[in-house]
Parts: sequence; structure tokens; C-alpha cells
Amino acid sequence: MKHFLDITRETCPMTFVKVKLKLAKMDQGEQLEVLLNKGEPLENVPRSCEEQGFKVLSNEPTDDDKHLILIEK
Amino acid sequence: MNLPANKKNISIVCFSGDFDKMIAAFTIATGAAATNREVTMFFTFWGLNALKKKKGRVAMGNSIMARAFNFLMGGLNNLPLSRLNFFGASSKLMTGMMKKHNVASLPELVDAAHALGIRIVACEMAMHILELEQSDLIEEVQDVVGVATFLNDSEESHIIFI
Repeated sequence: MKHFLDITRETCPMTFVKVKLKLAKMDQGEQLEVLLNKGEPLENVPRSCEEQGFKVLSNEPTDDDKHLILIEK
Repeated sequence: MNLPANKKNISIVCFSGDFDKMIAAFTIATGAAATNREVTMFFTFWGLNALKKKKGRVAMGNSIMARAFNFLMGGLNNLPLSRLNFFGASSKLMTGMMKKHNVASLPELVDAAHALGIRIVACEMAMHILELEQSDLIEEVQDVVGVATFLNDSEESHIIFI
């Protein structure tokens, strides 16, 4: 099952907080697609997920200068 | 929680009951917890106001002095700004500005702290002075501890005083 989370309107620290809490509610093997802004969220959200042992499957820029990352729990 | 070996724990002493400093404390705490650090928040003196179950101005304690102090200080809804407080109006104005810029409000940060499992403890001595019981505080307060316990628990942590 794939979940989606848009954190482009969130600011620090809720960017990381919302991703962390969303992943905590998901089951092992499920995927989360996160739309985020460049800068702090892009630098730290994928890193933080990998630290927890989750896989960042892809990290692609979007047409409107944001990024879409796919995480597998 | 699966923690990398090189990440230090964070212990925050929440001494100030100022609105802006409480925002700073909860921002650091939730940011640290969301980026995989174990976090403890130790509330003492004015900081205890943020933990009161009753969020408005309520006389608590037995002595006249304690009841007066607790009434005048109030709870989470009465925290003053550390600068330009304007008799309490500024924290409400600041909350409006934060909302306008999509910054999490203080109650949202407190809820996030609880959801992230941040350990919240209250200072035994300050509670004794203000004649507060653990039952006067929100349920998320895990323990009432003294400074020795806090320091022992924080031996491997960065300690931040706010």
C-alpha cells in the first residue's frame, strides 16, 4: 500500500515530525510518498528516514521546483 | 526507536514559563525526537505552568501565597511573551502571526511532543514550593524527579537550559 504526504506548506520542525508520525503508523513494507521543498526538508527528511532503517527508493525533482521522495518502511 | 550510535540524547531544562521560550523548547524537543534522538524535558519553576492540567488562571495549592502565585501565573493559555508582552495580548498576536506563516502553534507542538514519545518530567522541588501535586499536571508527565535523578538520566545527553 502506498501513502502520500505533502509537507510543502509545513515549516520546521513539523516537516520531520509529520513524516516520522506517519511512518510510525504504517506497517512494515508499506511505502510513503512525500512531497517536500528543497533546502532543510530535502536534506534532512531522507537522511532521517535512512537512520531509522527505512529505504529511500527514489528522490525526484518535480516540475514546480519541489521534490518527491519514495520511502519504504 | 532505532537510534544511530553516534546520536546524543537531548535533555531540555524548561525553566522559563515565557511563551516564546516554551516555543523554542518544544521546537528543539520535537525536532530532535523526529530526527531520531531520545528527548527528555525537565520542567521546573515557571516552566511548570505549561504542564498544568487547568490551562487558565486557577488558584492551586493550600497556602494563600501558593494559591496567589498559581492564580497569577496561570497555565499554558497564559504564558507571557518575554519581550513586548503588552499585558498578555502579544502571545495571542504571535500565535496569529505563526498561523499565518504555517508555523506550528504551541498546543500543536505540545501534542507533537506527546505523539513522538518525548519523556516529560517535573521538578519535585519546584512542585513542593508551588504546592502542586502530580494530579494537578497533565497525564503525559511521566515522573516527578529531583535534580540528581535528572542529571543521572542525562549523563549521556546534551543538556539545554531554556
